[in-house]
Amino acid sequence: MNIKMMHQSNMAIAINNLEFSWSKEDPPTLLIDNFQVSSGERVFIKGPSGSGKSTLLNLLGGVMTPQRGEIRVLNRVINHLRGADRDTFRADHIGFIFQMFNLIPYLSVVENVLLPLYFSAARRNRVLQRGTALQEATRLLAHLDLDEHELQQRAVTALSTGQQQRVAAARALIGAPEIIIADEPTSSLDADRRGAFIQLLVNECATAGSTLLFVSHDSSLESAFDRTITLCQLNRAASRKQLASIGA
Amino acid sequence: MTLIQLILKSILNRKFTVSLTVLTIALSVTLLLGVERLRTESRTSFANTLSGTDLVVGARSGAIQLLLYSIFRMGDATNNVSWQSYQTIINDPRVAWAVPLTLGDSHHGFRVMGTTVSYFTHYRYGGDHALRFTSGAPFSQLYDAVLGSDVAATLGYTLGEEIVIAHGSGNMTLFKHDNKPFTVVGILAKTGTPVDQTVHVTLEGIEAIHVDWQSGSRPLPGLEVSAQQAAQRDLTPRSITAILLGVKAKTTTFKLQRFINEYPQEPLLAILPGVALQALWEMIGVAERALIAISLFVVMVGLTSMVAIIITSLGERRREMAILRSVGARPAHIILLIVGESFALALSGALFGVLLLYALLLVAQPLMAAQLGIYIAIGWPTSAEWQLLGAVLGAGLGVGFVPAYRAYRYSLADGMTIRL
Ligand SMILES: Nc1ncnc2c1ncn2[C@@H]1O[C@H](COP(=O)(O)OP(=O)(O)O)[C@@H](O)[C@H]1O
Ligand SMILES: [Mg+2]
Repeated sequence: MNIKMMHQSNMAIAINNLEFSWSKEDPPTLLIDNFQVSSGERVFIKGPSGSGKSTLLNLLGGVMTPQRGEIRVLNRVINHLRGADRDTFRADHIGFIFQMFNLIPYLSVVENVLLPLYFSAARRNRVLQRGTALQEATRLLAHLDLDEHELQQRAVTALSTGQQQRVAAARALIGAPEIIIADEPTSSLDADRRGAFIQLLVNECATAGSTLLFVSHDSSLESAFDRTITLCQLNRAASRKQLASIGA
Repeated sequence: MTLIQLILKSILNRKFTVSLTVLTIALSVTLLLGVERLRTESRTSFANTLSGTDLVVGARSGAIQLLLYSIFRMGDATNNVSWQSYQTIINDPRVAWAVPLTLGDSHHGFRVMGTTVSYFTHYRYGGDHALRFTSGAPFSQLYDAVLGSDVAATLGYTLGEEIVIAHGSGNMTLFKHDNKPFTVVGILAKTGTPVDQTVHVTLEGIEAIHVDWQSGSRPLPGLEVSAQQAAQRDLTPRSITAILLGVKAKTTTFKLQRFINEYPQEPLLAILPGVALQALWEMIGVAERALIAISLFVVMVGLTSMVAIIITSLGERRREMAILRSVGARPAHIILLIVGESFALALSGALFGVLLLYALLLVAQPLMAAQLGIYIAIGWPTSAEWQLLGAVLGAGLGVGFVPAYRAYRYSLADGMTIRL
């Protein structure tokens, strides 16, 4: 317990006694007693579809709040913040990548990448210390193998799924947020593209020193990560549900 | 990237549906402002047409009817005032001046009015403006004519032009008084009143072109009277259409009016032009209010269809909202995005509506002047029109909260991930 307290300052994420259900009538979707991620760690969270992975990410992003418990992100108990502060906190400190259709269809590639800077002054300032926002967007896109100028000006709907996911990664990474959360970002990619995408993402997070939470139901991907967590073991609600389905 | 840019790009991404919505709003705004503009401008135009005349006298009919045909050249007189009565009235000691008017003929669709030189000295419009000549002078000879400015401009007439007057007016001009042409001796300056659309000739000239006409029909061949022969005849008119009167002392106006209305020899009607105009407005007012109400409903239909279209688009845009939430947008941003879109559409609708209104006014102005004698000034929007525009924009902003609230509920329920 004491050791845990000591390490608290290095924790990117710390969850205690969390309970969350989507509505009052429903049984809880998440019951997590304790879950921690140190900063800079690359964690793979696996679990079958419907096990509550996306729900957990909504809670970490402060878009939803739990009925009980405490969610600490970068040493702030975010579920005690006001709604608007949670939104600002998310904009400042967390970059998200989702499964598909990550991009705003009416914005160009570069505009999509720059989007978080509009909502977060902190990330904007971090980018502007190094140069212009456009330079940073171009640099990130180049790192993610999207360095053709023509590609960057294209309508996002004219990109392949793999290219779209890399643009989404650039958007999550811009302004170097402390935490990157990826929710099944590879499940719409071909098997041979998955590895390459994950490698790019892991490298970028390592360069920026960001903590990476990577969620997937595909356990073949876990080798690229420091640690694997099985949500069903962590989440008492899931095991309860499984028990219920067995008829116990 | 600002929220406004985001709104505009999102709108441009849906150009086609959005432009139809904007068109709907624009048309409704044009209708609303057009009705308002016509209402006020026709009032001003009417009110500016005649001033300084204390009484208008004609054969007994309705006060509004007399006003319309004598001053605004709308419709026709059903009866005339006899020359004897005219003489009695102008010799009344209370009368300062009198201008006789005779209507009935036309020239290329413009009304021809017989009168005397006193018309050019006593007629006043738009407050206290007297008629002015841009060229020439009032008539002095039997077959002289003075043109209103639109007549001269439309037909391209200059001084010295010989014109032939047609019998009857409007579409009933089957016969022409072509053996007795008139010579243009004067052209009036623009007044913005029906005077611009009038060909003025002498009372005697009107009489002369009709000497060989018996009971309103064309003379039989061989019985025509030439222009010179007609000039030799006694051309005192038997009757006139109406009289404009000025009194010496305003206090006698009502007594003189009663005297004329109770004139025993002939059923006559004397009206105070201002009072008759007021009666006209009261009659038209109901229709005006109905038109305004209808136009307001049409605007509401336009805005409702806009709300429907935005709500329909929300289904497809839930993912967009979820993405925005994930990069840090607050629910308030989502609301602003949708309300902003609604306002932007209403604003562009209003702008296009105003442009369309002015385009239509440019087309309609000469037509209205020619057909109705109503002069629409094409000026900046009036304060009443700004208020209507403001109301449309306010409503556009207000109704935006309906889809915005829906989007807000969606985005709270969806968070950053959408279950589809
Ligand atoms: N927006 C929502 N409203 C209500 N219930 C939801 C919502 N999103 C997810 N759920 C429920 O929460 C549970 C976990 O879903 P989710 O977190 O999406 O799982 P995963 O991402 O692991 O596939 C499911 O039972 C699902 O039905
Ligand atoms: Mg999921």
